Amino acid sequence: MNAPLIAQASQIDTGDTAWMLAATALVLMMTIALGLFYAGLVRSKNALNTFMMCVSAIAIAGIMWALIGYSLAFDGSGDLIGGLNYAGLHDVTFAPRDGTTIPHLVFFAFQATFCIITVALISGAVVERMRFGPWMIFAALWSVLVYSVLAHWGFGNGWLQEGGTLDFAGGIAVEMASGFSAFAAAIVVGARKDYGRIGLLPHNSVLVLLGGGLLWFGWFGFNGGSGFGTGDPSVLAFTNTLLCPAATLFVWMALDLYYGRKVTAVGAATAIIAGCVLITPAGGFISPPWALVLGALGAIPIYMVIVYRPRTRVDETLDVLAAHGIAGFLGILFIGFVAQESWNGVSDGWFYGHIGQLGDQALAALVTPIYAFGMTFILLKALGSMMPLRGPESDEATGMDNIHHGEEAYPTGEGAILVTPEDGEEPPVPVAQPT
Amino acid sequence: MKLVIGIVRPEKANDVLEALYRAEVRGISMSRVQGHGGELDRVETYRGSTVKVEVTDKVRFEIGVSDTFVQATVDAICDGARTGEVGDGKIFVVPVERAVRIRTGETDEAAVTPVGVA
Repeated sequence: MNAPLIAQASQIDTGDTAWMLAATALVLMMTIALGLFYAGLVRSKNALNTFMMCVSAIAIAGIMWALIGYSLAFDGSGDLIGGLNYAGLHDVTFAPRDGTTIPHLVFFAFQATFCIITVALISGAVVERMRFGPWMIFAALWSVLVYSVLAHWGFGNGWLQEGGTLDFAGGIAVEMASGFSAFAAAIVVGARKDYGRIGLLPHNSVLVLLGGGLLWFGWFGFNGGSGFGTGDPSVLAFTNTLLCPAATLFVWMALDLYYGRKVTAVGAATAIIAGCVLITPAGGFISPPWALVLGALGAIPIYMVIVYRPRTRVDETLDVLAAHGIAGFLGILFIGFVAQESWNGVSDGWFYGHIGQLGDQALAALVTPIYAFGMTFILLKALGSMMPLRGPESDEATGMDNIHHGEEAYPTGEGAILVTPEDGEEPPVPVAQPT
Repeated sequence: MKLVIGIVRPEKANDVLEALYRAEVRGISMSRVQGHGGELDRVETYRGSTVKVEVTDKVRFEIGVSDTFVQATVDAICDGARTGEVGDGKIFVVPVERAVRIRTGETDEAAVTPVGVA
């Protein structure tokens, strides 16, 4: 975000713009990839609902971002929140965005895809039980009240960024925000009715691996685009996005082998995501060898949290806290130790003589979880006092796909009778209780 | 010697297994079946095609038991599977002509007596 190479120019660079157009599309694809990943991890009767929580985020967060979110995050340099000059895309045009060499419209679209996937990430904490309507209302409010605020703090010239905190691609606004919000959401919404009583297993681990792999693919746009061009920061972040998750994946497989005597596929998919998150804040600030170290070391605490969490009463179903919250926290802190000015042109970390950087990073790692957790907790409590956040237990038994969408993920078509428009009016009658 | 067939809701299958285990009934087959037992038809819509789905996923238990175990087995399935709503399922108890345990060649009552029970 602090790329010095592009700071002086305020002309459109076609090469930078071309890459940012592609990167934007890559990041949008990540939300669909996340849908695949999440859908594979739940039971088949909830697969569509889980996927739809991610898909709906594109519509909801996308619109909220255009109407107000983008302006609050990226208009001006107020300490806590931006202005309203860009509300409804006012003045967002072909002219270059300040400090970049790409059109303001492209900058807006790129940032929109970040807001979208962050909202989608939180759904992992409440799948298989939260009602779809309240989810959509929550998504709309959260994208403004939490995402826009933290995006402003972290990379919209808000107080954290101005204070010197480094966050390349969203360790603050995306990863810690979604992770700790997911933790709050899991507590407020409550556990699934069968949680801790019977095994609630992934229904399709191939989808999980496919989604994890596509997320990694998209993450090259996510991190590689966060230098807003094709300069050194983007190139460094791009390559680190290959190295860091590879190290995480390797260590994760080793941990699996050590603890369970077998390397698991669902574990590998989780490791890929954890590794991508670890490098997200640090991508353009640390050297490639340190990216390998970050990926390897970071795997251990994340693995431990994922092993420990199901033994608690908190049904944070798809472990957003571990894979995003904890990983983002570690990535943000790691910058404070090993950032190198010779690589990033901005600042050194503690190991290279600037211990103050660690303080700046620690501040962000402290306040972001508090804000995200607190705000989400209050928001969902308020929403829950106005409408039920979840249906009766029988809904969970039937499955969210049928209850909320009137569809099945894997219909057989057997016994399905086409309803013609004429008799579509009559309500269904139970055969056992004829009227 | 009877064959107890229980057709239950898939989401209650785990409860039935638990109840059978507590009743010390061992030796169970289960399969996924589709059927219709009078519950409300589900209405689903795919791109404008609205369909009434008249069959519902069920799980079918088949348990061969000696006569003294029939009541315990039936009670266990009922306990595990009941929600009180239409569609909880059915239990059928049918006579069995012969049973053979393949491993040992034991027949009839001995074949359906769990291993380790004298």
